[in-house]
Amino acid sequence: MRHEIIMSGFGGQGVLLMGQILTYAGMLEEKHVSWIPSYGPEMRGGTANCSVIITEGLAGSPMVEEPTAAVVLNLPSLDKFEAAVRVNGVLIVNSSLIDKAVKRQDIKVYHVPVNDIAIELGNLKMANMVALGALIAAIDAVEMEVLFTAFAKKFASKPQVIEANKAAINRGYDYVKKSLN
Amino acid sequence: MSEKVLMKGNEAIAEAAVAAGCRHYFGYPITPQTEIPEYMSKRMPQVGGVFLQAESEVAAINMVYGAAGAGARVMTSSSSPGISLKQEGISYTAGAELPCLIVNIMRGGPGLGGIQPAQSDYFQATKGGGHGGYRNIVLAPNSVQEMADLTMLGFSLADQYRNPVMLLGDGVIGQMMEPVEIKENNTRAVEKPWAAVGMHGRAKPNIINSLYLKANELEDHNNRLQKKYALMRGNEMRWEEIHTQDAELILVAYGITARIAQSAIDIARENGKKAGLLRPISLWPFPEPPFVRLAKTATAFLTLELSAGQMIEDVRLATRDAKPVYFYGRTGGMIMSPMEIYQEITKILDGKEGK
Repeated sequence: MRHEIIMSGFGGQGVLLMGQILTYAGMLEEKHVSWIPSYGPEMRGGTANCSVIITEGLAGSPMVEEPTAAVVLNLPSLDKFEAAVRVNGVLIVNSSLIDKAVKRQDIKVYHVPVNDIAIELGNLKMANMVALGALIAAIDAVEMEVLFTAFAKKFASKPQVIEANKAAINRGYDYVKKSLN
Repeated sequence: MSEKVLMKGNEAIAEAAVAAGCRHYFGYPITPQTEIPEYMSKRMPQVGGVFLQAESEVAAINMVYGAAGAGARVMTSSSSPGISLKQEGISYTAGAELPCLIVNIMRGGPGLGGIQPAQSDYFQATKGGGHGGYRNIVLAPNSVQEMADLTMLGFSLADQYRNPVMLLGDGVIGQMMEPVEIKENNTRAVEKPWAAVGMHGRAKPNIINSLYLKANELEDHNNRLQKKYALMRGNEMRWEEIHTQDAELILVAYGITARIAQSAIDIARENGKKAGLLRPISLWPFPEPPFVRLAKTATAFLTLELSAGQMIEDVRLATRDAKPVYFYGRTGGMIMSPMEIYQEITKILDGKEGK
């Protein structure tokens, strides 16, 4: 399957890193991958986002217009990308910060309180990894073990953070898997 | 064989340059290519090289002139408005026949324009840019891997022909990350007996100069340059073809646009429309032979650019207008989608489009 994913949030929520780790995992699985950030001028408090493609075929254009899945970590991101998600696509909503209802009925929506889960795990900064785990539970784009390997490679110089982030990814994954059952 | 790593296109250029033995980088930051000086500022000290953030783009290109004159493998990089500032220096470098690599990661213009991707510097890159009637070899990568590979090739060609080489990318390829393998240095080491590095027992000093005050001497110099450019035309045309053999419509695009075109061709083929892609990799010399050949088999060409239409002039020259050449472009940093291109393909193949 060709995954075309958009990840979006406030600058500082770690959406670019989240996308890079997913892309890295896709590369380790020898799939064709690409990652591109939006680098336009944004106002303070606006959105930062990146597009990730993971596919068996050629990556082609790296830009994503109609994502098969989107992760929105703040309200402006929901407003910007809700309408773009492809029919039957996936939308992961950070319910810790977004209480607005999703209007779309033709997509699969998962409300995950990624900030609250990260705070519970002891570090709000890991909210992005909770969201990444949630996304993988919903779309199975890469194997979880490979995702952990990708994280460990990316943070080879900071091995002390690996276990906690692994736990964060797992919590996000479990949260969505439980809601599926 | 080194391992594949995930890198931005801009970073891949910088690392490939280091791998190619480039030890001198002079530049000035500008979006969307700032990752190149950023990477070089970290990397050059590790390999005993020189990273220098100049006071301006004009200073940077003249530092390149100096380092190249002393025989160093040297590069600079910038984006559109910054490349305009460098044009005087590029003309001097071409006139003095100094090998160097100049990277332009294009953004929208004219003027300061914007910071989003564009391809509107094609004329500037391939038709001179600076004054005086010179040519640069212009290479156009369409992936992060090619950003690295064409950087190495660029250094080789620069040395081989004693000529500036331009790597012409765009904001998308510069900013995007893809798996890339930085290959081992495959550039040839060349002797540079012309370099200004001291007398070394010679009787006559090497002088690096582009000034010829006697008209007949300047004409001789120009004739020699033209001979060299003819040699480049003969040897250095590069292109890629995808599904062109049975194609009725040939899409012509380079850089990021070629990738979007490829996605559009996939959609077209799924819908039974015979479209193919001819991707110039060297923009100068422009790869004419495939155009001459395909003008016999295809019914039309469609040139796609992130500009109002610049490469299309070379496409029309190369096809000798034997077949209709259509155009579709976006400007200002807007990027076309595969579906937009597919609609153009449909219009042309269904005969609803005037030339």
